[in-house]
Amino acid sequence: MEERRRPSRWWYALLVLPFVGLLYPPLYTRHDPELFGFPFFYWYQFLWVPVAALLTWTVYRALRR
Amino acid sequence: MTVEHNTDAVALVVFTLLFVLVTGLGFVAARWRRGDLDHLHEWGLGGRRFGTVVTWFLLGGDLYTAYTFIAVPALVFGVGAQGFFALPYTIIVYPLVFIAVPRLWVVAHRRGYVTPADFVRGRFGSRPMATVVALTGLLATMPYIALQLVGIKVVLGAMGIHGDWPLIIAFAILAAYTYQSGLRAPALIAIVKDLLIYLTVLVAIIYIPSKLGGFGNIFDAAGKALPEKDPPGALIPGKTDAQWAYASLALGSAMALFLYPHALTGALSSQSANTVRRNAAILPAYSLVLGLIALFGYMTIAAGIKPASPNDAVPDLFLHYFPSWFAGVAFAAIAIGALVPAAVMSIAAANLFTRNIYREFFKPDATAREESSVAKIASLFVKVGALLFVIVLPTKYAIDLQLLGGVWILQTLPAVAIGLYTRWLDARAMLIGWAAGMAVGTWMAVDLEFKGSVYKVFGINAYEGLWALALDLAIAVVLTAILRAAHMGDSADETVDDDYEEIEPTGVEPLPATPEQARFRREGEPVTPPERSRD
Repeated sequence: MEERRRPSRWWYALLVLPFVGLLYPPLYTRHDPELFGFPFFYWYQFLWVPVAALLTWTVYRALRR
Repeated sequence: MTVEHNTDAVALVVFTLLFVLVTGLGFVAARWRRGDLDHLHEWGLGGRRFGTVVTWFLLGGDLYTAYTFIAVPALVFGVGAQGFFALPYTIIVYPLVFIAVPRLWVVAHRRGYVTPADFVRGRFGSRPMATVVALTGLLATMPYIALQLVGIKVVLGAMGIHGDWPLIIAFAILAAYTYQSGLRAPALIAIVKDLLIYLTVLVAIIYIPSKLGGFGNIFDAAGKALPEKDPPGALIPGKTDAQWAYASLALGSAMALFLYPHALTGALSSQSANTVRRNAAILPAYSLVLGLIALFGYMTIAAGIKPASPNDAVPDLFLHYFPSWFAGVAFAAIAIGALVPAAVMSIAAANLFTRNIYREFFKPDATAREESSVAKIASLFVKVGALLFVIVLPTKYAIDLQLLGGVWILQTLPAVAIGLYTRWLDARAMLIGWAAGMAVGTWMAVDLEFKGSVYKVFGINAYEGLWALALDLAIAVVLTAILRAAHMGDSADETVDDDYEEIEPTGVEPLPATPEQARFRREGEPVTPPERSRD
């Protein structure tokens, strides 16, 4: 029987992005620009919640056989 | 302004009604998705049958504890941005979960493992290393349970109820339904708890800022007030030291979270590896809520409320802005939010004791029935211990020990997490690495007199747990290399490569291929897995 092609493991690389975006604070330790009264430091990190969830979901869908 | 903690009849009635409702659910849970509770994997893992939605509620209730809801805003109220590391922490934890936990789920399912120490025992064939993983888990979990009691104490105090009796009653009820229903009780209760938390946060995050002139005003007020505090806080971490501390706390806490026995108990109770993966994508909804709750700390500052202790920041904020009945709902959400993790933690501790102490050292041929009754009794002892802890000793001890618990549990990472991918590390080397990590991590915390959790080494200001882990890993790697070079390496491993591969990744189980496999599914006893055809 022919085995179905295994999806590329490179999809996992997407999961590195939240680490890069959040573990290097100089990227976001600033006050401006503000959004809805939130300093950049806060809304930037809040924004990562849906972004990271979406990345995880994308990898899940791509790797599901 | 200070907020009085008067006895509030309306809030108390609402609070009590919700508490009674949840108690009923806890007992009814035994009959939910009925299984034979005389088996440890039924009592202690809910039969490994929870689907995506139930797992989401259970893990949400399990990981985002009542104490978190009190302590995170308290920290933000006290020091500002530094306390906000909880948000990046609970974001980056899920990619880690996505990568590692499904693999553990698969091998645990295949081999009938219930605890992380079961896995270490099988993978490395090392009784000492497995015992050490079990003891570290027990040690880290106990103060964590105690802190849940502290959470209940804080909200009871806010409603003017003091003394130990209400705590003892709450915990006796919790102990009774955990004993009877096992993991099914917190899973069912978590649904109510999470709905109440979402309701409370939604109302608070819309209503309170509208009274305080919007988020702009709230951040401005916090930005002005924080530098005046002693020690001074900041709205945004500016110095390099503060930034290192921020990032390393987020990373270290994320790495520690799923090494905790209660987190793994929640994950292993799900019905498939894909259930775990899907949850890694949807659990961040709770992180959003946690981030918003953290901002309550700033709202307390902006409202000019001066709580007697930082832990009262959120209760005082609610008392000031909410009518009595809704304050009752909010406080019930927090108190019920303490019951879910307390139950899961005590079950996880009981599983560890039963599998890795009792069966390992006292009764290797324990039957399934004996295992589950020992676990039930152990869960009672764990809760009594936590209760005594909070009643007899000052709260500070529980907080300090919980802080240390995070440092300690990280030292099991080489065996539990790296062990999932490679059998290269030597059990004896890991044991020495573990001991060194535990000693150095504890020493750092004591040296700082528990006033912080970041320590300066080589001019870098980072989380103690990570420093200890670095030493732990370095020792494990170097000693393993030496042992292997001297041809003294160990290689015992009952798991095989196939144990880590999903046969049917869709979550639908195929029909059992052999009578052994059918028996394994029914009874959860470890058996040799059937050979897979490779055509």
